[in-house]
Amino acid sequence: MTLPLLLILPMLLLAAGVYAVIIARSPACSRQMYGVALAVSTVALMAALAYLFSGQAPETLRLPIGLPWLGAHFRLDPLAAFFLIVVNLGSAVASLFALGYGQHEKAPERVLPFYPAFLAGMNLVLLADDAFSFLFAWEFMSLSSWALVMAHHQDPANVRAGYLYLVMACFGTLALLLAFGLLAGPDGGYNFDAIRTGRITPELAALVLILALIGAGSKAGLVPLHVWLPLAHPAAPSHVSALMSGVMTKVAVYGFIRIIFDLLGEPVAWWWGGIVLALGGITAVLGVLYALMQHDLKRLLAYHTVENIGIIFIGLGLALAFQGNQMYASAALALTAALFHVLNHSLFKSLLFLGTGAVLTATGERDMEQLGGLIHPMPYTALAFLMGAAAISALPPLNGFVSEWLTFQAILISPELPQWLLKFLAPAVGALLALSAALAAACFVKAFGITFLGRPRSPVAAQARETDRYSLTAMFILAGLCLLAGILPGLVVDGLGPVVGQINGGAQLTAQHSQPWLTLVPIVDVKSTYNGLLVLLFMAISGSIAALLIHRLASNRVRRGPAWDCGFPDASPATQYTAGSFAQPIRRVFGSVVFQARERVTMPPPGDLRPAKLEVRMRDPIWELGYAPIAAAVVAISTRFNYLQYLTIRRYLSLVFGALVLLLLGMALWR
Amino acid sequence: MHGLAFDIAHLLAGGMVIVSFLLLYQDRVSALLNIFALHSLVLALAVGWQAHIQDAPHLYVTAVIALVFKAIIIPTALYRIVRRLGIHRTLEVVGGVGRDMLAGTGLVALAILVMLPVTATADPLAREDLAFALAVVLLGLLLMVVRHNAISLVIGFMSLENGLVLAAAGARGMPLAVEISIAFSVLIALIVIGVFLFRIRERFDSVDMQAMDAFREERRR
Repeated sequence: MTLPLLLILPMLLLAAGVYAVIIARSPACSRQMYGVALAVSTVALMAALAYLFSGQAPETLRLPIGLPWLGAHFRLDPLAAFFLIVVNLGSAVASLFALGYGQHEKAPERVLPFYPAFLAGMNLVLLADDAFSFLFAWEFMSLSSWALVMAHHQDPANVRAGYLYLVMACFGTLALLLAFGLLAGPDGGYNFDAIRTGRITPELAALVLILALIGAGSKAGLVPLHVWLPLAHPAAPSHVSALMSGVMTKVAVYGFIRIIFDLLGEPVAWWWGGIVLALGGITAVLGVLYALMQHDLKRLLAYHTVENIGIIFIGLGLALAFQGNQMYASAALALTAALFHVLNHSLFKSLLFLGTGAVLTATGERDMEQLGGLIHPMPYTALAFLMGAAAISALPPLNGFVSEWLTFQAILISPELPQWLLKFLAPAVGALLALSAALAAACFVKAFGITFLGRPRSPVAAQARETDRYSLTAMFILAGLCLLAGILPGLVVDGLGPVVGQINGGAQLTAQHSQPWLTLVPIVDVKSTYNGLLVLLFMAISGSIAALLIHRLASNRVRRGPAWDCGFPDASPATQYTAGSFAQPIRRVFGSVVFQARERVTMPPPGDLRPAKLEVRMRDPIWELGYAPIAAAVVAISTRFNYLQYLTIRRYLSLVFGALVLLLLGMALWR
Repeated sequence: MHGLAFDIAHLLAGGMVIVSFLLLYQDRVSALLNIFALHSLVLALAVGWQAHIQDAPHLYVTAVIALVFKAIIIPTALYRIVRRLGIHRTLEVVGGVGRDMLAGTGLVALAILVMLPVTATADPLAREDLAFALAVVLLGLLLMVVRHNAISLVIGFMSLENGLVLAAAGARGMPLAVEISIAFSVLIALIVIGVFLFRIRERFDSVDMQAMDAFREERRR
């Protein structure tokens, strides 16, 4: 019985959180708390892995807590187990990282109590088997992560981020609440089993899809609901940023999959896939374009989360489109790609955030324009960050390539879809996906190059030190997993088999472990195959031969020469290529349309000693067109009705009375 | 349903509506308190009768609570407060009794129009009771809206609460624990209101709510 164990573990975390409230100020608390979190997450990870690979039947449990007539239902099935693996792997590594990183925390009493609670909330969302427990755990997760975002609340930017996050989280939960209300129907069958067996009309089901897209999408960061994410994720301490970006967005993806693929069941209209697909494509491209314009390392990573969520939703949209046409074998491929990318993104996004955390500890800077040359003082962090950057840029033989390749395979079989709209839409989204992958690579060339290469741009960057061993271990575990999942993708695909089967009417990809040479064969081997191991071998052999030849034929010594200074002696580090200059060509091509980027050069006349200035103005179309009008309307309405706060008591009574009589009159006349 | 049992229940619930009209009509403060005591007495009788015909012993407790607290303790306490405030002979300025009575009649009609179709399937006793209870609640609210005097507001509030108890007794749903806690919360409300009345009086030399409006902060529009 794995389920009771998996339920006890979050309770342990909650107890640890309460304990942390008491002892948070003592210096040993940080170590103890992250140690407990590490142990608990590791046990949960092992339990979920054992469950998924042993192929047992789903386990259910009903506890007499919560609503008296409903109780709290919990269930462990392959889908939940897979996401439990993602969540607990992420939290174990983040906890390990925090064993070292947490020592630098200035306000541990604001982080330590909420950290285990956040982990517990995510675990409980995955195990919940009725709408009430699900929403309760979901909200618990949101609120505890909000508390973590607000940990450094002295910074007004963080307060604003937290406020926006809270508003969007409430909005999303409201949408989910309505979705579950529609699913449960008038009889109030909030148990997931009752929802699965119940059938609702296609119109209501479409409404549930929209609400689920809003509810889960706002948590995951689908455009245009992503606005809070790049503000809130970077505001938290780095290991929490890693969890929010790498793991919590996956819990949101889980919520979407659970509602749409599991609870709604079979009958899906084909155009559902079209909506999700188009949203995914737009999200992917806009996310990466936003990221390119950012010079704050953590915010850049957060925008990449938006991009990767888009890629995941492209896979899910394709799966919906295939399922709507009863093409379950193709849907299995799309779902496998999406779930694989869920795992991959959790690995490399956590890795990158942890790397940023290490940089932040070493320099206190998140702004790339102040960094540079960190590869010399921090070689190991640089290596781990480079692997994460290569993985997120979808370079073989790392894992990001595999899942994006699988997504492309699913796009390539989309012409088999009967609807013309989808036939056109899927390749267009494929083009968007290709564009976003290329832009992501450009973005990470910028992120790695500006941060780790070149010369230090500020004194803090020059005095950086390598981070501690715990943090390095955590980062290299993730980097190793990125490599492993990249060269042995067949094992991951086989592990995903039962998960895909559960939400895809039993259809899943053919078993990959029997393929020769660990080749990945998604459909048939005459169409497309990929072998990460061979790619790695080829790269290793050709790289070694090249190195050998160079050392043999040229010189064996390591030489260090002065940096080329364009003929100006003693060039300042400020003359280096900057993040802004790197992004400029892309900003000119895309940003002038999407963000209405305008550049203005102020050149002082000869004889004037003022420096020349280059100003770049960018506008956020989604904020200005979507959110600013809403905010303005709310302010206008509340100003208009402000006088209602200054009425006399009799006026208030009269208002209540009048409203009551009006409603009763309406009721009497309506019948 | 026995004809007589139904008729008596009907009579008592209808009696509460009549007494509510008396409350609405009465503009002298001390007489208002007496009528409120009568209101609660009729409530106690109505609930007691419900207990008898429904064979529900816990309703007797409700009836006793209504009798002791609302018909005796609260009116007595309010009467003493009024004495100490020295307003027991005050005539309240009421803007048009005829208007209020017409409005009240309309509210009773509305209550019946709303309740009878909604509860078509319920048993006739509960239906009538609910319609009357809603009428009492609405009349209590009306009393609170049309009067200026703080004491009248309190009486309106208490008579509204009486209407709720009447509805609960007829609907056979409310557990005793809830009933008792409501009774106590009303009692506590009385204490708080009493304290506030003295404070208001101390501050403004009047318990007329209109007088208080003059002291309000400048409106921000």
